Amino acid sequence: MASLLELAFILVVVIDLFVLASSRMGAAIRVVAMQGVVLGALPLLLAPPGHPLGHYVLLAGGALAIKGVLIPWLMFRAIREASIRREMDPVVGFVPSMVLGGIGVALAFAFSGRLPLPEPAHPFLVPTALSTAWAGMLLVVSRRKAVNQVLGFLVLENGVFVFGLLLSGFMPMMVEAGVLLDLFAAVFVMGIVMFHINREFSSLDTEKLSALKD
Amino acid sequence: MLLRTAYHLAALLVLPPLLLGVVNRTKAFFAGRAGPPLVQPYLDLWKLLRKGAVYSRTTSWVFRAGPVIGLASIASAGLLLAMGGAPAAISFAGDFVLFAYLLGLARFVTALAALDTGSAFEGMGAAREVTFASLAEPAVFLVLLVLARATASLSLGGMLGPQLGAAWAGAAPALLLAAISLFVVALAENARIPVDDPNTHLELTMIHEVMVLDHGGPDLALIQYGAALKLFLFGAILSRIVFLPGVTGALAQEALFLLGVLAFAVGVGVVESAMARLRMVRIPQLLVGASVLSAFAIVLLLR
Repeated sequence: MASLLELAFILVVVIDLFVLASSRMGAAIRVVAMQGVVLGALPLLLAPPGHPLGHYVLLAGGALAIKGVLIPWLMFRAIREASIRREMDPVVGFVPSMVLGGIGVALAFAFSGRLPLPEPAHPFLVPTALSTAWAGMLLVVSRRKAVNQVLGFLVLENGVFVFGLLLSGFMPMMVEAGVLLDLFAAVFVMGIVMFHINREFSSLDTEKLSALKD
Repeated sequence: MLLRTAYHLAALLVLPPLLLGVVNRTKAFFAGRAGPPLVQPYLDLWKLLRKGAVYSRTTSWVFRAGPVIGLASIASAGLLLAMGGAPAAISFAGDFVLFAYLLGLARFVTALAALDTGSAFEGMGAAREVTFASLAEPAVFLVLLVLARATASLSLGGMLGPQLGAAWAGAAPALLLAAISLFVVALAENARIPVDDPNTHLELTMIHEVMVLDHGGPDLALIQYGAALKLFLFGAILSRIVFLPGVTGALAQEALFLLGVLAFAVGVGVVESAMARLRMVRIPQLLVGASVLSAFAIVLLLR
């Protein structure tokens, strides 16, 4: 169980690095969906033995359904409608963003032990959360295409979700359900925004939003 | 023990072309062909060895020394390797640095021989080869550092020795990441798809093959044999890391070791059949990715 948990955390971090390196949106969406599935499994793996499982099962099921299935489906729809396949030239290149991601991961693993936090259920929990959030933020600021920015937001939210697991013993379920619903609504709204950008400029490049036009 | 070392030396010298045969057969299987016989690389080498060599008048002794020094340094790198859990033929603290730089020396003399021909095309190939090698080298060293840290030993004999079993119990994720990273590096170092295609002779995209275009006959045989040997070395390290960390008993170790090396060859063949070549601008990304993975492995070990 412990090694499975360790493997799950490491998989989450490796997926962060992969998304930072990949220019193909289809592949990126697929691995973010996989990250969602792994995150869905995490609450079950972290559940303390002897505790009623209902809360954890609902949390896992909700994460799995929204992060692993629903949102990836919406994203695939978006890239199909806009018929874009890859990010051409990001603001920060793929190699530098991967290296930055690696540095973030190293720092997260080196220093997370010093943070004044409640005792985590697993030593990898906090560094995984921090490095996932860092990778998500990097994606949001360094990519030009709206789809990739939404993907970055998702990765960032995944980091927050992992961080939330730190407190899942205390958090009422309604709060967690609300967070998942918020995420879904946010991606939904972003989908509408993407649709409008695409219709206006016939491209999903957000740089065009800042150009003046008469 | 001595017998076992002798057996390993024999395996090191005899088996490498077989790996190429396995890779080619795997590719043929995926393409739906019967493929060349497994011993075809041996026959090719034999054919090349019986031929004469033609040397251009613009070349000097550097060109003739290239293949010989290249093969010699790869073979001596093989001596440092502990195969199948048995101690290496030569072992001392810090020999992994020598291992990495013996492979580097082989590449250096090959590039030098290519430059010695005075052909602009070969110069371009040499430039490409060393560019990508400079990106692969950090990954190799990071992987070796992971092994050194996990097994708490500074020689290749110790890193791939009996401590590896205990290391897997304590640091499985780090070793797994290192193994994946090493596989990527092995593909790049041995000029296989997705980095380079050993069969292509398309001048826009070839890397390693460019440098050996002017070699013929016995020289080419030495180069091809050296390339096979290098593939075998990487296969041996990977097989040792992945397949038999906890196995004891000489016979089981040897059998699993051979199986692991063959599985490595099949894996290379599968990757070559299933993946397209990367565009050349994407290769640094792959190699930096391998470095980042192994750096992550080190971070996991150090915390």
